[in-house]
Amino acid sequence: MEQFRINPNNGLEFGLYTLGDHLPNPQTGERISAEQRIHEIIELAQLAEQAGIDFFSVGESHQEYFTTQAHTVVLSAIAQATEKIKISSSSTIISTLDPVRAYEDFATLDLISKGRAEIVAGRASRVGNFDLLGYSLRDYEELYEEKFDLLLQINENEIVNWEGQYRAPLRNAKVLPRPKDGSLPIWRAVGGTPASARKAGYAGVPMYLAHLGGPATVFKRSIDAYRDALQGSGYDPADFPVSTAGFFYAAETSQQALKELYPHINEGMKKTNGQGFPKQHFAQGADPRDVMNIGSPQEIIEKILYQHELFGHQRYIAQMDFGGMPFDQLKRNIDIIGTEILPAIKKHTAKG
Amino acid sequence: MNIVALSGSRVGSKTRTAIDYTANTIKDKYADHNFTLIDLADYDIQFSDGRNYLEYDGDTGYVTQTIMEADAIIIGTPIFQASIPATLKNIFDLLPVNAFRDKVVSMLATAGSPKHYLILENQLKPILGYMKAQIVQSYVFIEEEDFQRKEIINHDVLFRIERLVEDTVVLTQTYQRIREEEDAKYDF
Repeated sequence: MEQFRINPNNGLEFGLYTLGDHLPNPQTGERISAEQRIHEIIELAQLAEQAGIDFFSVGESHQEYFTTQAHTVVLSAIAQATEKIKISSSSTIISTLDPVRAYEDFATLDLISKGRAEIVAGRASRVGNFDLLGYSLRDYEELYEEKFDLLLQINENEIVNWEGQYRAPLRNAKVLPRPKDGSLPIWRAVGGTPASARKAGYAGVPMYLAHLGGPATVFKRSIDAYRDALQGSGYDPADFPVSTAGFFYAAETSQQALKELYPHINEGMKKTNGQGFPKQHFAQGADPRDVMNIGSPQEIIEKILYQHELFGHQRYIAQMDFGGMPFDQLKRNIDIIGTEILPAIKKHTAKG
Repeated sequence: MNIVALSGSRVGSKTRTAIDYTANTIKDKYADHNFTLIDLADYDIQFSDGRNYLEYDGDTGYVTQTIMEADAIIIGTPIFQASIPATLKNIFDLLPVNAFRDKVVSMLATAGSPKHYLILENQLKPILGYMKAQIVQSYVFIEEEDFQRKEIINHDVLFRIERLVEDTVVLTQTYQRIREEEDAKYDF
């Protein structure tokens, strides 16, 4: 765990993530400028730090309705604006980047932030980056596996000798600068299914598990599959942290939370995925057994503790800014997290 | 309501002829609805490569988006080699798994042999069901002898097409009304 900068004695870490989406607010039909959205993301990270939140991450999506394509640049502004919150991508699409350049960026980010940077590397669920950056979707899997592996090698070795299919060979290559403590926590982004989770286990890396909705017990299967694959590959599952990530929204009552959040999720998904979120499924999201953390502060606390008991995970990362959510509502949520949710979660999960 | 009629083949004329009759019925009886006819013979559509349907451009993007915006879809298909044609299967492959959620889908088939009658039952309905369609259970099965020089000469087929259109629209309206009522109960 230590290698991944996780101290289990501190209890479950709580984070925030943004996909960097840039969508109209469905309540008004208006969309803020890209400039304002980026500044609000940076401010959100500052507010999160002030509220005691452990982690903040920014996604990379190369297509319409997104604005943090250059996510490392945004993260570096966040690094400068904050002091102690951990910062990461969620996810870096390593398949269509050069792992050397990506590592240089994140190692630099680690130095700017004085040892707070992490990488979550994924394969992309929105694939606009392939056309734009000149890659073929036919190589979707191999591009990821090869480049993710190179990224790990660069992380583990200061001098790299490497040869592969999708990048020029490296001969005694020194990838600089090095991160503050020599290496970075690098997580594998997993899209929810056990098959996908197993791959993180085979690779012997921490798992970042994204979940949209559904019973928490379904995602437990993926976490079990991950730990099983770790064990089968000769690793000790106790050495590897798991983080989960999904929708979050707190309001006075669960009804109020559903009401304030639903149009943002539904309209936002229509624009970015081409299909909305059925009300029937969304209503089930408020159920204590569902993995979506939507409800009153007390209900959310109970849900997160239930998930923690089930998953034994080390970090939960909340997404609450999707679909043009107004900034004052985000601020109110950060307030609730800082004053009510975080203290309760730390109290119940921290040791000693 | 957006109604789309999809003629699912690039080969021959019988399916298109039957879809034209269907289109005329819709225009006559339901002129106040938006209607679009898509004949796959008129479009250059690529094979699915796994991306989200919104990320296709050109003809592929137009056809997938038009289908996704539909409330009701009437699919016309010939039977080739005891199955649906690849052109039609490719449309399904281009769409998301739940593409037909909250949509009503109905079917008509043209075939060279009565032995093909159950092909839609056994092969098309399971696909539509998997994709979450509300299926109009009765379909119209049209044989070679019902056509003469690009016209349907069997009046019974014409009556069945009228009933298919009517069932499709009525079922779509019914489901929409039920859904609106149910959604209203959620109060969010």
